Amino acid sequence: MKRFTWFNATSLTLGFAFLYLPMIILVIYSFNASKLVTVWAGFSTKWYGELMRNDQMLDAAWVTIKVAVASSTLATILGTMAAYVMVRGGRFMGRTLFSGMIFAPLVMPEVITGLSLFLLFKPIFTQMGAHTIILAHATFAMCYVSVVVSSRLVSFDKSLEEAALDLGCTPFESFRLVTLPIIAPAVISGWLLAFTLSLDDLVIANFTTGPDATTLPMKIWSAVRLGVNPQINALSTLMIGVVTIGVIIASISTKRAALRQKADEQAAAG
Amino acid sequence: MTLDVFAPWEDPTEKPLIQFKGVTKRYGSFTAIDNLTQDIYAREFFALLGPSGCGKTTMMRMLAGFETPTEGQILIAGQDMAAVPPNERAVNMMFQSYALFPHLSIWDNIAFGLRRMKMPKAQIEERVEDMLRLTRMTQFSRRKPHQVSGGQRQRVALARSLARAPKLLLLDEPLGALDKKLREETQFELMDIQEKTGTTFVIVTHDQEEAMTVASRVAVMDHGKIIQVSTPPKIYEEPNSVYVADFIGDVNIIEGAAHKTSDDGYDIKWAEGQEPIHAKTTAVLNEGQKAFVALRPEKISIAEEKPEGAVNAVKGKIIDIGYLGNISTYHVELPGGVMVKAQATNTRRLSRRNFSWEDEVWLSWTLTAASVLER
Ligand SMILES: Nc1ncnc2c1ncn2[C@@H]1O[C@H](COP(=O)(O)OP(=O)(O)O)[C@@H](O)[C@H]1O
Ligand SMILES: [Mg+2]
Repeated sequence: MKRFTWFNATSLTLGFAFLYLPMIILVIYSFNASKLVTVWAGFSTKWYGELMRNDQMLDAAWVTIKVAVASSTLATILGTMAAYVMVRGGRFMGRTLFSGMIFAPLVMPEVITGLSLFLLFKPIFTQMGAHTIILAHATFAMCYVSVVVSSRLVSFDKSLEEAALDLGCTPFESFRLVTLPIIAPAVISGWLLAFTLSLDDLVIANFTTGPDATTLPMKIWSAVRLGVNPQINALSTLMIGVVTIGVIIASISTKRAALRQKADEQAAAG
Repeated sequence: MTLDVFAPWEDPTEKPLIQFKGVTKRYGSFTAIDNLTQDIYAREFFALLGPSGCGKTTMMRMLAGFETPTEGQILIAGQDMAAVPPNERAVNMMFQSYALFPHLSIWDNIAFGLRRMKMPKAQIEERVEDMLRLTRMTQFSRRKPHQVSGGQRQRVALARSLARAPKLLLLDEPLGALDKKLREETQFELMDIQEKTGTTFVIVTHDQEEAMTVASRVAVMDHGKIIQVSTPPKIYEEPNSVYVADFIGDVNIIEGAAHKTSDDGYDIKWAEGQEPIHAKTTAVLNEGQKAFVALRPEKISIAEEKPEGAVNAVKGKIIDIGYLGNISTYHVELPGGVMVKAQATNTRRLSRRNFSWEDEVWLSWTLTAASVLER
C-alpha cells in the first residue's frame, strides 16, 4: 500500500480542481438569486423555474433529445454491425483499409467532419434540420460505438456462435440469441457514449442544421454571446446532470460486464 | 454358442453412416487432412486418436459443417454434405471448451436446440427433464453455467448436444478438463448413454487409454492421415506400424534383418553373436529386409535362470526398476546396449522380491508374442 503523502494529496486536489472547479462554479451560480452572474445574492431556484417557462429553451431541449436518441440508436446499430464484420468477417479484400477507415473519424477534426457532411447534405436534402443533424451525429458517433463493441467482440468465444449454429440457429438467430445478449453491456455503453456525444456537440450540429432546428448547445452558444444569464447556468447544470448519469450508468455496466466476463473465463478455465 | 458381436464394418451389406471420400483439407499451403477415405457405421463409437495438430478437430469440424473440404466428399447417410449448412445437419457437437451459453440457465441451455426445432412446449419440457435426469443435473437446472463445477458443465454440454437426438454426436476431447477419477467414471457414463440412445459417437482424444476404453473402433492419425483403424484389442495386439505400436501403450521396438524360416515365421537378426528373434507373422518380407520387432513389456517373462525350451531367450542386466504398486517395470540392458522394458505383476510383497538393480536376468517370450513390422 502506498502512503498518502502531501505531494499526492496536492496533485490530486490540483488535478480535480482544474477539471471540476469551472463546473462547480457554474452549478453554484445556477442557484444564485441575483441576475448578475458574478455577484452572489443568496440561494434560489428561480432560474430553473424561469427555464421551464422559456419555450425557446424547451424547444431546443426537445430537439436535442430527439436528435440524441435517434442518432445514438442509428450509430449503435451501424457501429455494432461494423464491429461484427471487422472482428468476425475473417479476411476479405481491403479489410485493413476498411477497419482503418472506420476508426479514422476518431481523430478527424470536428470542423472538417462538419464541413464535409455539410457539403454532402447540401445537394441531397432540399432542407437541412433535425434529420440532417441525426445523420451527421450517427456518422461520427458510429466509430466510437464500433470501437467499444469490437473490443468486446475480440474476447468473445467464437465457439459459442458455432454451438448456436450447431443447435439449429441460422447465422442471424445465432447473433440475436447468443452474441447480442452477451455483448449487450458493451452495446449499451456504446449507445450511452453516442448519446452524450450528440448531446454536447456544437460544431457538427452547426454545420448540418437548418433554419428550424436548434439544439441546446447551439442555443447556449448564441445566448452567451449576448451575455451570460443565470438561466443558461441552470440549463448547463441540468445537462451536466444528464451526462453524469449517463457516464455513471455506462461505467457501471462496463464494470459489470467485465466482472461477468471474468467469471465466465474462470468458469471456462475451471 | 455364437455371440452377436457388433462389427458392421465386417459386413459388406451394411451401409456406412459417414463416408469420407478422398477428403483433403488445406489451410493455405498447409495440408491438415490428406486425401482421407474412411467409413463410419451407425451406432459405432468411433475414436480418433493422434498427437496434437494431426487433424482430429479438423475432421470433426468438417462433419459438423464448420469447415468445407478442399477436395473430396463427405457423405452422411448417403447424402453429400457439401451444400448443407451446420444448422441443417442431423449432427451435434460437444465442444472442447463446452461452449455453454453463459447468459442462459442450464435448463435453457439444454432447451436451446429444441426450441429451434419448433417443438411443442410440453414436449420440450419433457425432453429437457429427460436429459437432466440422464446426466444427473436435475437439481442444478436453474443455475447458470458458471455456478456449477467443471465436471457438471461437461455433463450439461453433453446433455445439450444429445437433446436433439442427433444421428451423429461429435465429441471433441470431451473429458480433457476432468481429473482421472471423474474421467473414468464419465467414460463409462458415455458408453452407457451411447448404448441407451443408439446414437453414433465420434470422439476425439489424445489419450490412448480413453480411446481403448470407450471405442468400438480406434483410428490412429498422423499428419492428416489415418494410419490404422481397428478394434481396441486388434490395434493393441496387431499394430500395422511402429508408429501405431508406439502410440498405443508401451512397446519395445527392436530393429533387425528378417530371414524366412521353415515354419512360416521369421528370424530377425538384431545383434552380432546373438540368437535371432523368432516370430510368427502374416506379413510377407523379403530376405534380409529391414524389420522391426514390436514387443509389449507385459508379454516378456523375467527369470533368474534360462527357461527350458523357450523360443526366445536373452540374457540382460537390470538397469532400473519402476515400481507402480500392482506391477513393476524392469529396464533391462541387452548385449549391444539395446534397452528392453519388461513388466511383471507384483504377486509378492516388496521385501520378498527376488530381482534387484545390476542383477543378471533372462528375458523370454513366445513365438507369437511379438509383431513383426515393416515400418
Ligand atoms: N483455421 C485454421 N487455419 C490454419 N491452420 C489451421 C486452422 N485450423 C487448424 N489448422 C491447422 O491444422 C492442423 C490440424 O489442426 P487440428 O485439426 O485442430 O488438430 P488436432 O488433431 O490437435 O485437433 C494444425 O496444424 C493446425 O495448426
Ligand atoms: Mg483439437
